Amino acid sequence: MNRTFTCIMCPTGCEIEAEIEDSGDRTEDGPVILKITGATCIRGNAYVENELKNPLRIVASSIRVTGGNYPITSVRLTAPVPRARMMDVIEELRKVRIEAPVTIGQIIIQNILGLQSDVIITRHIGRRK
Amino acid sequence: MTSGQKTLDQHTVSDEIIRCDVIIIGGGPAGLAAAIELKRLGVADILILEREKEPGGILRQCIHDGFGLQRFHESLSGPEYAARFIDQAKELGIECLTDTSVLEITPDKKVITASRQGLTTYQARAVVLAMGCRERTREAICIPGSRLAGVYTAGVAQAYINLKNIMIGQTAVILGSGDIGLIMARRLTLEGAQVKAVFELQPHANGLPRNIAQCLNDFGIPLLLSHTVTRIHGKNRLEGVTVSQVDENLRPITGTQEYYACDTLIISVGLIPENELSEMAGVTLDPRTNGPLVDEHCQTTVKGIFAAGNVLIVHDLVDFVSLEAERLAAAVAVYLENDGVPAVDDRANDTSDKSRPATDCPLNAPAANCISIEPDRSIGFTVPQYVSGRKDFLLSMRVRNPHKNCTVVLQQGSTVIAETSLRKAIPAEMIQIPVRSADLVSREKITVVLKYE
Repeated sequence: MNRTFTCIMCPTGCEIEAEIEDSGDRTEDGPVILKITGATCIRGNAYVENELKNPLRIVASSIRVTGGNYPITSVRLTAPVPRARMMDVIEELRKVRIEAPVTIGQIIIQNILGLQSDVIITRHIGRRK
Repeated sequence: MTSGQKTLDQHTVSDEIIRCDVIIIGGGPAGLAAAIELKRLGVADILILEREKEPGGILRQCIHDGFGLQRFHESLSGPEYAARFIDQAKELGIECLTDTSVLEITPDKKVITASRQGLTTYQARAVVLAMGCRERTREAICIPGSRLAGVYTAGVAQAYINLKNIMIGQTAVILGSGDIGLIMARRLTLEGAQVKAVFELQPHANGLPRNIAQCLNDFGIPLLLSHTVTRIHGKNRLEGVTVSQVDENLRPITGTQEYYACDTLIISVGLIPENELSEMAGVTLDPRTNGPLVDEHCQTTVKGIFAAGNVLIVHDLVDFVSLEAERLAAAVAVYLENDGVPAVDDRANDTSDKSRPATDCPLNAPAANCISIEPDRSIGFTVPQYVSGRKDFLLSMRVRNPHKNCTVVLQQGSTVIAETSLRKAIPAEMIQIPVRSADLVSREKITVVLKYE
């Protein structure tokens, strides 16, 4: 069986084809991959392997800030988490409230939900004058 | 920051003209990159004018990641990407006046601004246009129905959610498959709204394939091609939209109407370079790009007025905006030194062509003195639109329709001067081809042809 993927690792968006075993014998690491073609860099193959096994995504969102010159600041994950857990991450972020000032790179939640990814601030927020 | 002292002190003197080497209109990614590179090249007297409260431009509200992969080889969010440039500009002591709107630019490079200090007039030696672009609106595409709440352009929706923390609705549909619309489909879904579908008038998607994958497919949001919104329903707040299929001439097909109940319609139907100020300055615009006509130095048809970034041509990646602005800066630095842009490559020393002194800037009489570049019908436009032929340049273009296994060929007469083969070419991805001046064979026009099966 062939499956086609659009790689999301960079803006090139390679169309990558994966040939996987039909038998339906899924190992713990997902279906058995026979061949991957179409990627123009090595990240493409790794992406498709992950997609077949356990798709990973970065989450970016906002958290509330008190005492700042803006009501919220933006945050993102430092490493991708399983796609199925994105909403759980968002729910965790909803609970967070932080006092200004905050700076880019500041870690807000370490190892969120045990997913081996940190939540960092992506926008400076100064204190309200 | 000496120039900063000078300008601030003189704000009170309204009839005085403040002199400045380079004025940059807009403190977004293009303006910031141009300023930093100019400073590095030894230009000291630079002023950025920004109408918002802080620099950064549209990046301030683009909180998703994926910026900087080309420029920094890492995946940053928009505000982080902007901060790298803002911090650097601060370190270099580049002055950026915020909350300052430019009202007018004259062809002799006077710049008139409005700010809390009142009106101020500057006289620049060179002006850099870096105003970016704005969104096409519902009005621009004439969707019938009443003028109710709940209809937003994608960028406005993004600003509400990501800057002001205001949720805009609960059930949304999106018209247009531009990248910001796709990004907003994901953002709205993550924030708890239901996004029912994305409709695209064209038979192909307008956004990058990776955004269709990670913003729509990940969340099971359907993308309906050859569909458009033909009616807006509701009185005070949007209640629903009628959607119709369109034929090959993009006309709605009677009988295909379908009703979607929703309280929010996001419009993501294209971006237009923001060139009102450019036109005031007498800059000629290209009807194909809606941006200024430029040569390989990013200089417009008005000598000493340069343009880079989305004001010149809407880019798909901010990384390319930064790189373009840096190339512009190099040309502006040369311009300031010579009071014109001489051809700066080896051919400038080619004395065989005595009729053309090395300093003949093509920009004084672009039509007569330059090599024009003409794309065929498969390619919508090129930037630059003309070149001196004395300097290597990067030619940017987009295809009008998607093609697989095609070749872009640049020719002068029947001689091929450059060609690039592409596995795929889609309208959403800008194609950039480096061209060496040494490969040019004459002063004849360069034609750009797309060859495909």
